[in-house]
Amino acid sequence: MSLVLGMVLLVAVGIVGLVSVFWLPYDLADTTGGRLEPPGPDHWLGTDKLGRDTASFVMVGTRIALTVGLSSMAIAMALGVIVGLLAAFATGWVDDVQSSLLDVVIAFPTLLLAMLIGAMQGASLTSAVVSIGLAASAVVARLTRILAKGLLRRQFVTAARTSGTSWPRIVVIHLLPNMWPTLVVTAALIFGTAVLAEASLSYLGLGVPPPNSSLGRLLQGAQSTVLTAPWGAVAPGVVIMVIVLGANSLADGLRERFDPTRRERR
Amino acid sequence: MGSYLARRAAFLLMSLVLAMLLIFVLLRLLPGDPANALLSVDATPEQIEAAQQQVGSNLPVHEQLVRWVGDVMRLDLGTSFISGTPVLPDIVSRLEVTLPLTLISFVISVMLASGIGYVAAARAHTRLGVAVTAVAQLGIAVPVFWIGLLLVWLFALELRLFPSGGFPREGWADPLAALRSLFLPATTIVIVMTASLVRYVRSATLDVLESDYLRNAQALGSGFGEAFLRHGVRNASVPVISILGIELASTLLGAVVVESVFTLPGLGSMLTKAIAQHDYPSIQGILLVTTFFVLIVGFAADVVQRLVDPRLRSSLSGAHA
Repeated sequence: MSLVLGMVLLVAVGIVGLVSVFWLPYDLADTTGGRLEPPGPDHWLGTDKLGRDTASFVMVGTRIALTVGLSSMAIAMALGVIVGLLAAFATGWVDDVQSSLLDVVIAFPTLLLAMLIGAMQGASLTSAVVSIGLAASAVVARLTRILAKGLLRRQFVTAARTSGTSWPRIVVIHLLPNMWPTLVVTAALIFGTAVLAEASLSYLGLGVPPPNSSLGRLLQGAQSTVLTAPWGAVAPGVVIMVIVLGANSLADGLRERFDPTRRERR
Repeated sequence: MGSYLARRAAFLLMSLVLAMLLIFVLLRLLPGDPANALLSVDATPEQIEAAQQQVGSNLPVHEQLVRWVGDVMRLDLGTSFISGTPVLPDIVSRLEVTLPLTLISFVISVMLASGIGYVAAARAHTRLGVAVTAVAQLGIAVPVFWIGLLLVWLFALELRLFPSGGFPREGWADPLAALRSLFLPATTIVIVMTASLVRYVRSATLDVLESDYLRNAQALGSGFGEAFLRHGVRNASVPVISILGIELASTLLGAVVVESVFTLPGLGSMLTKAIAQHDYPSIQGILLVTTFFVLIVGFAADVVQRLVDPRLRSSLSGAHA
């Protein structure tokens, strides 16, 4: 149920994002519409205060949100799994130091990190993706470390080790296959978090800059005209909600798939 | 418990030191000399040197680090480049807005989430339980500033019940006005935070309701209420406490965005402004204070968890088993 819902929602926004590559109702620079027009046949979601078509901006914003979500997720997972695996093999004080370092990085808020990078390097698509990905990788690293440490204590690892299997091979044939269900669920959750983070960054003016569209920036723009043109504040928020709800449902669905004991509970 | 406390405290201390190092390194990794914030575009070499002297960026990195750590130990977080006032008192005065906002929202959310989460678990298979869970799912999927925006539209602009933003100039001298201007921001945080907590409370309560010990207690003659209060609440609260620590911390950080929606003069808006103006001492100070807050709350959550659950106390494993 959750799995289907998640996939339906994500495929729907995915199609909107894909279409925006090939076709938009109006060009983003097109200011021929009336100012703050309500939704109608010419402009499905109305226009902004410069007479630009809101629907076109929402479509491009959807694509940007999905791009940032996927790219940040890829960075977070790749970096986090590698660091987490290396950390799992550490013992003694090295283990203490690196696990407290991970705690510190996690305590260090995603948003602040991204704000800093954005402000200093100049806000761009890349700096948003990198900072969100880096911050989320600490969460993945900590999870990977805990999972891997648990597996390393198991007898099948000792057995493999005794029979001469090398550590890299143990990672590939014993650790990763046992961890991936949890990691896939985490990846889906991180995707949703990244989309929310990008929206917040853009809302604060530190996310993906113009001429590109961004759902967070659309909402920031709509705030000043919310009394005269409240429709501008609806669609971007709904799209963000659909993406994140889709990602979370997908994660729930996958978790049920992998762990049948939880199935009845949801 | 004593040895655990010592070990966990040592771990906290190490984390705090690492946090300081990390903040120091991070700010030095950023491009540009902090002294530039003091200079105009056409500054002479002498002016540049004077500015570097003032900021201390002409010193070797290790001396800068020693100097900064020494200053922090003496609770001196430096002086703002922009306003020329000391950073720490500025942060403290901003906390007068941010801390009440965070704590009020936190307490209300915990109370609401405990009740709603319990209902969602106890009535899990009824329409009510399903509806509550679905609403909570929606609540965690929306950006916090969007909720704020919709509340401003409805309650401030359409109904004119509350101010759409700002904070009274007199601060808490007029507590009613202060509370009124915190009402919408706090409601925004409460909505998002309650939605997030409900899921954890529900899941922990479900575990308890399905447990053998609860059925056993009832078989031995306790009523359901008595058995649940005696065995259930304590068991269900263990996993929730560690989440509470994380939630309290993320609320403080989420205040950055919420304050920006409601133009509140709190820590968040101070940070946004400091970043825009490249005011390094202020950025450094705010990062330090917030990161310390998060780490100390995590420490407190771990300790409380041990107090509530005797099983964790006897475990010999370390601070982060």
